[in-house]
Amino acid sequence: MMFLKYAIYRFITMLLTLWVVSIMIFVIINLPPGDYLSNQIAELRATGQAEGVAKAEFLRTEYALDRPIWEQYLIWVGMAPGPQGWYGLIQGNFGWSFEFDRPVSEIVGDALWLTVLVNLAAVLFVYLVALPLGVIAAAKSETWIDYTAAFVGYLGLATPNFLLALMLFYYGNKYFDLPIGGLMSPEFEGEPMSFDKVKSILVHLIVPTFVIGTSGAAAMMQRLRANMLDELSKPYVETAKAKGLAPSKLLAKYPLRMAFNPFVADIGNLLPAMVSGSVLVSVVLGLQTIGPSLLTALKSQDQFLAGFVLMFVALLTLIGTMISDLLLVLLDPRIRYGARGS
Amino acid sequence: MTQLPDGRFVDDAPYSDSTDLSAPERSDMDASTWVLVWRKFKRHKLGLISGIFLLLSYLMLPVAGFIAPYTPNERSADYLYAPPQSVNFWHEGEFIGPFVYPTTATADLVNYRWTYETDETRPMPLQFFCEGATYNLFGFIRSDTHLFCAPEGATIFLWGSDRLGRDVFSRILYGAQLSLTVGLIGITVSFALGIFFGSIAGYFGGKTDWLINRAIEILRSLPELPLWLALSAAVPSNWGPVAVFFIISIILGILDWPGLARAVRSKFLSLREEEYVRAAEMMGAKPGRVIRRHLLPNFMSHLIASATLSIPAMILGETALSFLGLGLRAPAVSWGVMLNDAQNLASIEIYPWTAIPMLPIIFVVLAFNFLGDGLRASLDPYKS
Repeated sequence: MMFLKYAIYRFITMLLTLWVVSIMIFVIINLPPGDYLSNQIAELRATGQAEGVAKAEFLRTEYALDRPIWEQYLIWVGMAPGPQGWYGLIQGNFGWSFEFDRPVSEIVGDALWLTVLVNLAAVLFVYLVALPLGVIAAAKSETWIDYTAAFVGYLGLATPNFLLALMLFYYGNKYFDLPIGGLMSPEFEGEPMSFDKVKSILVHLIVPTFVIGTSGAAAMMQRLRANMLDELSKPYVETAKAKGLAPSKLLAKYPLRMAFNPFVADIGNLLPAMVSGSVLVSVVLGLQTIGPSLLTALKSQDQFLAGFVLMFVALLTLIGTMISDLLLVLLDPRIRYGARGS
Repeated sequence: MTQLPDGRFVDDAPYSDSTDLSAPERSDMDASTWVLVWRKFKRHKLGLISGIFLLLSYLMLPVAGFIAPYTPNERSADYLYAPPQSVNFWHEGEFIGPFVYPTTATADLVNYRWTYETDETRPMPLQFFCEGATYNLFGFIRSDTHLFCAPEGATIFLWGSDRLGRDVFSRILYGAQLSLTVGLIGITVSFALGIFFGSIAGYFGGKTDWLINRAIEILRSLPELPLWLALSAAVPSNWGPVAVFFIISIILGILDWPGLARAVRSKFLSLREEEYVRAAEMMGAKPGRVIRRHLLPNFMSHLIASATLSIPAMILGETALSFLGLGLRAPAVSWGVMLNDAQNLASIEIYPWTAIPMLPIIFVVLAFNFLGDGLRASLDPYKS
């Protein structure tokens, strides 16, 4: 019951955070002077195309771009009636993309799911790599295993993601015949899900997952190693050793469990970095996630598209953080629910 | 230990009247904190080497124009995508000092690219302290003397040339000027904001604390890169390179402060209950003075260590932004701008040297990481 209460509390704070974030995002995308349509109108005027001007002017009033900024915000979110009535993000209208002349929901469409997929794969990769490596590095600390792991980890931290992506693509294609670019083979695009399509997506995911996950895995591995080392120097480990517990069991039974908590809590730090990485890598590798649309939208001031993508990215990280908080409470009975002192 | 005839025990160690009884018992009590920190840091070899490397890199910045044989936007139209040249000392078994072999370009009309042939019969010695294109030493002294330059009729592209026939080596040196300072400016902004918000949150507590804490949580839960992108997209495109450079570094700093603020806040929460803070307050010190004089110096060293660790993120951030075309733009030269040229697989395959700027990035980022680790390990000199 207590847990349910905490979950609800956590959910409400997430919604509030999302609301603040929406204000921030709206302000940021409106920072550049003018908007897509007024730029277009100026351009049309300069080239003397009067009929185009009329259409752009119509769109301006249609999307309330002629109103004060706070009103625009309320209409965008759906907290105030716009020209089409109450119809904003809350009501499920993601807005209109001026550049593509289509609703935003049509443009992003599948990209949303693929974004989630890429990020999930990267998180999984981080856990699968960091967990065994961190434990081994701690158990065999100051041996060549430890040093190699640290070296690879540091290299992963220091290499710019996008370059790593290019390099891996090049060498992966050359030596392992991995596909270049995209998230699936072209013939599967727009096709319904099938076994072959899933296989194609999985093969295409290898390089992006590796690239996005490496730096996160390196950081997490280091932290797990440090935590494990702390635990391993405690008396209870000595006792277990003295009683003749097998080394693998000794590691897994107590110290690992203790070192594991920060591991789950860390996802809050991990996720923003991963989502950042996935946007960058998607642009470089041409993955059909929302990364590339964000970049084009930002460059052309296509504000509703940019705003929606930013909101989605923020939502993704907020939900991830919330889940990690809830998991943490379930995992570690020592953590109190709610605020301190209550 | 000797036993005297009367049964007493006496220490054998020589006794001298001049021994100072008040001398410290521990060997590490003889010097000030900073000396102790330095002693401990010296033992952290990796950190020490990294520190020296970074120091040299930063000292190089104002004289980059002198070391570089070319200026950053100087084009050699006959040498597009020229491969790296090596500097040799021995020609046919004979020592003639540093020299290069001249290369000539021929157009390969089958593959549509330039191929370069090295003429290994004519060694051409390098010139030293020679005249070249003008540059500004320390940013304001006009000079045209270069440490070394290409001999007449040949080129010296140590790390090859790029799409427009510009020397990659020289551009990396010039690029360092922007790429390395971005991190410093960014960290200054983030430091100022982090200390300001962190200290007022921790010192005053209550509503201020709540508000700042929520702000920190919100900022920390957002992915940085998309926000960096959005903010840099807002930079007007008609601004000059210098203005863009400053605003980009400030943008990088603006989103980085929450981590630091959090550390400052938690430290303040515990420290503000200390007696010396009470004493200062009772003597009528204003909050500003208590924070600056009594609280901050307590853990400034830790802040510096954590700042060192967050500079790499900014350097990588600038690189990523410039790479995507939303950060610095040509004619400004930074490592990210240079890598922008190496964006496609073709250049990695055919002209791998255009990706060389990634090496200094990797080295600098690693060096900052090691330096930060070293500092953190040695900043508490009394802990064994």
